[in-house]
Amino acid sequence: MAYPKSYRYTKEHEWIEVKGDLATIGITDHAQHELGDVVFVELPKPGAKIEAGKSFGTVESVKAVSEIYAPASGEVIETNGELQNKPETINNDPHGAAWLIKVRLTNAAAIRDLMDAPAYEAYIAEKGKETSA
Amino acid sequence: MNDNIKKAKRHVNQNEGLIFEKSSPGKRAFELPPLDVPKAEPSNALGAHHRREGVEGFPEVSEIEVIRHFTRLSTWNHAIDLGMYPLGSCTMKYNPRVNEFVARLEGIATEHPYQPQELSQGCLKILRLLEKCLLEITGMDAITLQPAAGAQGELTGLLLIRAYLQKQGNPRKRVLIPDSAHGTNPATAVIAGYEVENIKSNEHGQMDIENLQKLVTEDVAALMITNPSTLGIYEQNLPEIAQILHAKGALLYMDGANMNALAGITRPGDLGADVMHLNLHKTFSTPHGGGGPGAGPVAMKKVLERFRPVPILVEKEGGRLALEPVRPDSIGRVKAFSSNFGVLVRALAYILAYGPGVRQATEDAVLNANYIRRHLEGVYDLPYSLPSMHEVVFSDALQKKNGVNTMDIAKRLIDYGFHPYTTAFPLIVPGALMIEPTESESREECDLFIGAMKAIADEAARQPEIVKTAPHTTRVRRLDEVGAARKPVLRWKPAAQRSTAQTSGARD
Amino acid sequence: MRYLPKSPVERQEMLAAIGAKSIDELFSSIPAKYRLREALKIPGPYSEAEIIQYFKERAAENAAGYTSFLGAGVYNHQRSVVTETIIQRGEFLTSYTPYQAEISQGTLQAIFEFQTLMCQLTCQDVANASMYDGSTATTEAVLMAERLTGRRRVLVARSVHPEYREVLKTYAKNSGLRIEEVPFTASGTVDVKALQSALKDDAAAVVAQSPNFFGAIESYAPLAEAAHKVGAMLVVAIAEGVSLGLLSPPAEADIVALEAQSFGLPPSYGGPFAGVIAAREKYVRQMPGRLAGQTTDIDGHRGFVLTLATREQHIRREKATSNICTNQALCALAATVHLTLLGKEGLREMAEQNLSKAQFALGELLKIPGVRRAFDAPFFNEFTVEFPRSVKIVNSHLMREKIVGPLALGTAYPELTKNALVCVTETTPRAEIERFAGAVKRALEQPV
Repeated sequence: MAYPKSYRYTKEHEWIEVKGDLATIGITDHAQHELGDVVFVELPKPGAKIEAGKSFGTVESVKAVSEIYAPASGEVIETNGELQNKPETINNDPHGAAWLIKVRLTNAAAIRDLMDAPAYEAYIAEKGKETSA
Repeated sequence: MNDNIKKAKRHVNQNEGLIFEKSSPGKRAFELPPLDVPKAEPSNALGAHHRREGVEGFPEVSEIEVIRHFTRLSTWNHAIDLGMYPLGSCTMKYNPRVNEFVARLEGIATEHPYQPQELSQGCLKILRLLEKCLLEITGMDAITLQPAAGAQGELTGLLLIRAYLQKQGNPRKRVLIPDSAHGTNPATAVIAGYEVENIKSNEHGQMDIENLQKLVTEDVAALMITNPSTLGIYEQNLPEIAQILHAKGALLYMDGANMNALAGITRPGDLGADVMHLNLHKTFSTPHGGGGPGAGPVAMKKVLERFRPVPILVEKEGGRLALEPVRPDSIGRVKAFSSNFGVLVRALAYILAYGPGVRQATEDAVLNANYIRRHLEGVYDLPYSLPSMHEVVFSDALQKKNGVNTMDIAKRLIDYGFHPYTTAFPLIVPGALMIEPTESESREECDLFIGAMKAIADEAARQPEIVKTAPHTTRVRRLDEVGAARKPVLRWKPAAQRSTAQTSGARD
Repeated sequence: MRYLPKSPVERQEMLAAIGAKSIDELFSSIPAKYRLREALKIPGPYSEAEIIQYFKERAAENAAGYTSFLGAGVYNHQRSVVTETIIQRGEFLTSYTPYQAEISQGTLQAIFEFQTLMCQLTCQDVANASMYDGSTATTEAVLMAERLTGRRRVLVARSVHPEYREVLKTYAKNSGLRIEEVPFTASGTVDVKALQSALKDDAAAVVAQSPNFFGAIESYAPLAEAAHKVGAMLVVAIAEGVSLGLLSPPAEADIVALEAQSFGLPPSYGGPFAGVIAAREKYVRQMPGRLAGQTTDIDGHRGFVLTLATREQHIRREKATSNICTNQALCALAATVHLTLLGKEGLREMAEQNLSKAQFALGELLKIPGVRRAFDAPFFNEFTVEFPRSVKIVNSHLMREKIVGPLALGTAYPELTKNALVCVTETTPRAEIERFAGAVKRALEQPV
């Protein structure tokens, strides 16, 4: 699956798309693939504050739980309610329909420090080499 | 059927629905003697708003249907009584039947925990003798039999450590736990109010002493260590580890899950452990019963004795025994009504059957594990090569090349008539196969197991599909765990109340 | 040794196959100075007959031959040989936790049936596969309420079993939970006014038991209303399960902690029993303990698996909902078989007999001069009476007449030293109730 060029990516495998001071956050295709069939997602309520680098929720498969880390700081303005009934969306469309939360950023400029798509693809390719070695 | 499958043959077993689906109003399986006092009218005695008109949905069936229902269900289980159950870390040994008999005796099973202690001396003597035996086996100074299971034993042990440190002015912050540990260790530490620091094992799967020296500070309350480790390897440096901890005022907690490798050979108390729990349902043969009940006594050094949970068993003048409910320094009570007494009775019956010969059981357990290791080494990858004690951990590295993983091999083992080994644990071995035969297996049974494992390795190389789609002979095949977790159906409901999601595709 | 399936020759041959000269060689990783040189000093080895003899001797030193009026969380009810027969089948007795679903369908389906029975009894949506006992289930229910509300203050009725409260305090001590107690009224039930004034929006849970430790039946509605008003959860503990055959279920509760001992498990000097947590469906992901769920296999056949395992310690480790690993599967199975035998009618009849016998016993005791009923709330099979003198003295007289008297409440409630908790079940014959009342009368007539 292609990694959208307009997104930025974290080392913990989240993506963020920023428009003005509004951002949409999700987990990457690589993350959903590593996790396997997603069965449950736990997300913060609108109004909650999230802090860059800190966990704001979890995503679960049958036998694993993964924390989701905030790529940037801000206030949650909307969460993707569809995922409660259809967690499999995360496996099917991680970069689109399976967005997790929308956030009003405190400092939109800070996301410049995150990886762009080519850097992230290089990063996961490198990680893949490590594990198979 | 495959000629390599020597242990098992297919046989018919009965279909059986849920008990609720057999229910029909008016059938009954139980009758009470007639009431010999005037009947109280519930509405008058209770008041109308406290009264209930029967339990909606409760089954109504006859006695023969109850017997057949549960007997049929039972035939769908594998069990130690049917054959080897080599679940690593679980110590699935023979559960002697005499233990069941004595636990059900009139005067044992019938006793009430609040009856006067002068009418409970038999129960208290059983507790006392078990305490003495376990202290002798562990080399510790004091013990509590109260915890209901291993996990509660762990918690009790950590609370003892916490109380001891608190008494000295500072309960400290952190508990160190090796990455090879069982998941309960960190979960327990958190409930005891500690932060968990996971520490990496060295390349032999052992505690890295130099690293430990750096990690143990005045902030560390304890190290929780399993010995032998979950790799089945004896931790050689336990006395040194204890010294490092003690030098900084911290204590050593030993998880006794693997005591079946040590009983009668060496004693954790002599090795420097300050506190440990025992899983009576592992080492001391009380039945697992499909997942409990267990019991998790905690043995400790003198310094922790005064903090034990109440009630405390004490010997009074003239040898009379008593349970004392109040102790000023006690961590409190961890469970109502003293203990899982019925489980303790069974454990004592087991110990009495062996006496000092418990050593022979340990030797045979280690012999079986090494025999299996010898025959499967090379057939399966052995990631850590130090000597094995009571269990051996292989990995699926060789079979992975053909796309076959430890879970596939485990499932295929079912077709060969065996319960699988423990899969994917310990976490430090990717694709682990953790095999613990216990002393209860004959050479013949071990040979059959070895034969099955070799045959599966061969299949994995030549026809991996048959392994990847196993089991092929069970009444249900691989189950949809993803569906079960996404849309949980956790109880039966009458058809009218059921959603379509619950019934679709389900047929018996 | 009769449990070990190897001959000396086989041991030698296996050692030879391994390439070891002696069994000691297999233990060479243990430094010699730490290896035991002497045999352990423990009694045995005993034959089967000697083991039975030992335990029969101990049994004779207990209370056999006495009639007991004790309850207080452990009840003597009719049990069936059918239950014992089923739970001693090796396929249930000697199997492990059903992680390998394909060869554990028997245990898994039985757990699913147990969960269903517990939901039906409590009128809750989901129930777990069991926990250690009622005391730890109550504690786990409170911790669950803490996670769900994010609050740390818990109000526990003083009429909750004193040992349940002690266990809760042990667990709470290091988790930052503040436990406060709510008094009881002259009727023996929770003082709702006191509860209301203690409740603020920092309360995670209100904990009450029904029938409570004094035998008094609580009304759930006012407790639920008071708790919910400030956003707290109502946790109801039920120590006497048979009461649910006749009493309104705790449908208003958010979480129910049930002790299942009354369903076919012997008193066994305090355990093993089986606790259960039942709750509303929306709380299931914060529920501790194992859960069996229905699903299908790849051929579409119905089957059962352990599910929602990500809540548990073996996956979530330090972030788990609880450190509990085991349930009390065999005890839960016994309860399942027992309740299936009883069925809808049997459970109701058993409950009605308990009520009738307890009413009769109270009537007999109240005929004795100086004996009065302590609390006027309705009761099920236990009630509190006040004697004109200390219960301990009365009980020592009763013992001479081969009666184990009622529980003296003074130990746990210093203000109630003359109060006794009397329990009568369907197993107590009328003649024994009359003999008990006669013995109490004689005890009270004795000069001080």
